[in-house]
Amino acid sequence: MTNQIRLDRVSRFIETLTQARTLGLRAIEAGEGTLLLELPYSEKIIGNPDTGAIHGGAITTLMDTTSGSVIICALDEFELCPTLDLRVDYMHPAEPGRPVYARAETYKITSNIIFTRCEAYQHEGNTIANCVGTFMRIGKEASPKSYRDLITGDGQ
Amino acid sequence: MIDPAVLEHTQKTGDFTRLLEDIPYARWIGLCCDRFGDDLIFRLPAKEENLGNPILPAIHGGVIGGFMELAAEIYLILGQETLRMPKIVDFSLDYLRAGLNRETYAECHLTRQGNRVANVGVVAWQKSRSKPIATARAHFLLEG
Repeated sequence: MTNQIRLDRVSRFIETLTQARTLGLRAIEAGEGTLLLELPYSEKIIGNPDTGAIHGGAITTLMDTTSGSVIICALDEFELCPTLDLRVDYMHPAEPGRPVYARAETYKITSNIIFTRCEAYQHEGNTIANCVGTFMRIGKEASPKSYRDLITGDGQ
Repeated sequence: MIDPAVLEHTQKTGDFTRLLEDIPYARWIGLCCDRFGDDLIFRLPAKEENLGNPILPAIHGGVIGGFMELAAEIYLILGQETLRMPKIVDFSLDYLRAGLNRETYAECHLTRQGNRVANVGVVAWQKSRSKPIATARAHFLLEG
């Protein structure tokens, strides 16, 4: 599978997640088991009105989405894998007015569980947060074929 | 982050409108809070924009996390005698059931409060409190 196919699949997947779409999340780069997403800055997700820093919840959403979507970059066929757990460590508040990026990788894939790690950062590699997650493999049949085709582009 | 006058008003009257109005992220996901005696129950009414998985449909896991994280923060602020702003250090979240497109509730408890760090537990549920959709715990640094 080419990285362009991975990127297209992730972009189509994110497009179906209303919250991710309204936050403006965008897939920038995909590789085998790696993914980079961007969260643009916007005033609606500010957590601290004095500084304009965005709320940790929006960072959690960015990291959950990136960690969940990197699975698409690791498997040949699309499987929707629910999140079992996430652990987020906050290193630094995000600087207002600038996008936040999240880079995720799948570091272990078993027949039942997928382990991911993810780093959220801003320009010049300034780390905002780190996250590890586990995802459950419930099988591709758990999601309707029409939805799988929508993500893989086979329905077109 | 929070205007001391607004905090005082909230603590006196139990009316959270002004406090939540001041936090854009709270407005964005639609977080509400009600006080019953000393207890706080946080609410997240169903909202189309909060959805993730479109098949079920289910609330985006990140929104559930953000809701619980913000709930823990407000819970800590209101429980303090003096105004100290909690700074989140880490957040551990276990997803137990899908959060369907309906109202979600959350309740917090203070597991341990030290001089500088607080450990807060959060439980979120929908239909029944006995069937939580997620549990979380968070560490906060309290700065004077």
